[in-house]
Amino acid sequence: MADTQLAQRTRTAQFEGQIRPRFSWFTDRWIAISFLTPTMLLLLFISIFPLVWSLYLSFTDWSVIKDANTAPQWIGTANYLELLTDNRTWQRFVVTGQFVVPAVVIELLLGFGIALLLNRKFTGRGAIMTLLLIPMMLSPIVVALFWRFMMQGDGVLNYYVVNLFGLEPILWLSDRYVAPWSLVIVDVWMWTPFMMLISLAGLSAVPNYLYEAAAVDRAGTWFRFRHITLPMVMPLLLIAIIFRTMDAYKLFDQAVVLTGGGPGRFTQTASMYLYDVAFGQFNTGEGSALGYIMLIVITALANLLIRALNATKST
Amino acid sequence: MADVRLKNVSKRFGESKKNDAVMAVKDLDLDVADGEFLVLLGPSGCGKTTTLRMVAGLERATSGEIFIGDRSVNDLPPGDRDIAFVFQFYALYPHLSVYDNISFPLRAQNMSKSEVDEQVRRVASRLKIEHVLNRRPNRLPSGEQQRVALGRAIVRQPQVFLMDEPLTNLDASLRSEMRVELKHLQQELGTTMLYVTHDQVEAMSMSHRIAVMSMGVLQQVDTPLEIYNHPKTLFVATFIGSPPMNTVACKVVDGHHLQGIENTFRLTLDPSYANRLANTKEVVFGIRSEDARLVNDDSAQLRGTVAVREPLGDETIYDMDMGQYRMAVKTPPRQIFRPGEPVGVAINLNRIHLFDRVTGQAV
Repeated sequence: MADTQLAQRTRTAQFEGQIRPRFSWFTDRWIAISFLTPTMLLLLFISIFPLVWSLYLSFTDWSVIKDANTAPQWIGTANYLELLTDNRTWQRFVVTGQFVVPAVVIELLLGFGIALLLNRKFTGRGAIMTLLLIPMMLSPIVVALFWRFMMQGDGVLNYYVVNLFGLEPILWLSDRYVAPWSLVIVDVWMWTPFMMLISLAGLSAVPNYLYEAAAVDRAGTWFRFRHITLPMVMPLLLIAIIFRTMDAYKLFDQAVVLTGGGPGRFTQTASMYLYDVAFGQFNTGEGSALGYIMLIVITALANLLIRALNATKST
Repeated sequence: MADVRLKNVSKRFGESKKNDAVMAVKDLDLDVADGEFLVLLGPSGCGKTTTLRMVAGLERATSGEIFIGDRSVNDLPPGDRDIAFVFQFYALYPHLSVYDNISFPLRAQNMSKSEVDEQVRRVASRLKIEHVLNRRPNRLPSGEQQRVALGRAIVRQPQVFLMDEPLTNLDASLRSEMRVELKHLQQELGTTMLYVTHDQVEAMSMSHRIAVMSMGVLQQVDTPLEIYNHPKTLFVATFIGSPPMNTVACKVVDGHHLQGIENTFRLTLDPSYANRLANTKEVVFGIRSEDARLVNDDSAQLRGTVAVREPLGDETIYDMDMGQYRMAVKTPPRQIFRPGEPVGVAINLNRIHLFDRVTGQAV
């Protein structure tokens, strides 16, 4: 009896300070694998597989409805050649560009300007900030719906145009020259706060002693802006521009609700055209190819902006 | 060149009615002579930097008046005060080259291009930074950034230099090198200099006079040696010197005798002290570590045991356990005692300091 107790005690002592043998297989490597697996599987099914499969489909002539029972037919680069030689495709990208460039530029200028005004202490600053941020928090569909309501022929905008300025009512959503700008107006209304928020973050990070040094050195307002404020905020501004450009480039929901691509196809953006090809005409192969063309364009654009960002950082 | 005078200057942060108001500087009177190198010394939060910033115009004095030369500058913006400010973090314009940083104050004065170029090159060669003129300052080592900041300050030949802990961000060896160089530069230019630091070594080694501040109140303005040898308050006595002055609270007994509060020791002073101590019951007795000796004979007035021995090479500091209090004593390097060893301490009674225990003022 005493012997066994003694033996047990020595065994316990032997294992003290060591990993308990029952879990010795459960190494850091296993922990890492078991945490990663669910995410990897999810990514594989909802992201990687569709990406690879649609790349394959973009080289085939296939429709998910008409050819559901037949195998996709390999036609090489025919989809791409057809799209790239088709004037309509280029037209959609021009429409998209005519929306993205003015929208992002105006949002940047307005947002940065408002941030400069807000970058000081005053009473009611918090309330004003909150009010300014509201548009960004709304759903794009909701925003588009009530702007459509305001922009329709007898809407509130035309009420002011006619009664305050004494002009003819403007066809905000159905004039081929005005409608693209209406999309820009709504986007600016919604996303200027985003530019403002990021600009404000950049502005508040500029160390105050630089402005103090400038005050001692008799620097003027323009110098302070040009050589202190702007370069210090530039990296953040570029990040905001990248975000907004990528987001505006895939404009879909607001445009569908506001103009539906009309009048004619004058406000049909690349994403709307893609939707039309893939889910209106159900040309799945051609749609996949268009999707890839869009992906290549935005990747190239983003890379240019990121290069500019890295250039500002290295100086 | 110009002198700088502060008359009764106070600075309060926050609303006076609210409780969170802080008096950063209280009723400060300070005269800096033309061409003088004056150091504002004190622990962090003592109001020295606020004082400097008020002279620069980066803070507005709540009350009082500031003169640079004959002009009252209270209402002048920093750019119109004809001063140069060197910031603790240099505050160089990161997106301008070193050349443009240094030339900036000149260009703001609409100086001609050739003259600007001449001035910048003169300053750059004086500070040995000619080889970095085309580089961006944030790529330079901190020592060179420091020189660029100095260059931007001296290039405009201001009436007064204001420097806010300019050497704090340098490593130790560079700091002692720059200390000598700054002092040399100031002697050469002869420009009035107001220099803020919390480092007593900088203050002692560089300045003509030191102004010691504590809690927003000016404690003493004097030459470095006068501050060291004749501190006017207990704060100055313990803030200056390394190790700090030994202090112990005592009762005054029989006119010219001091007795430890816990009856731990008794010191007999020269009878001439009786007059000075007539109105004081309790004093703080102070003695610098070099004014005491460790002895093993009858000359010792106090006895203790060695607690810690710190050999520094040229001298050794003994931290003595005296019962109720501790005491640091400097000894020659070859006089060796072991920790735990009982030793006598002989005090040079001509070098003692006495402060009122309540007010902290020298008696």
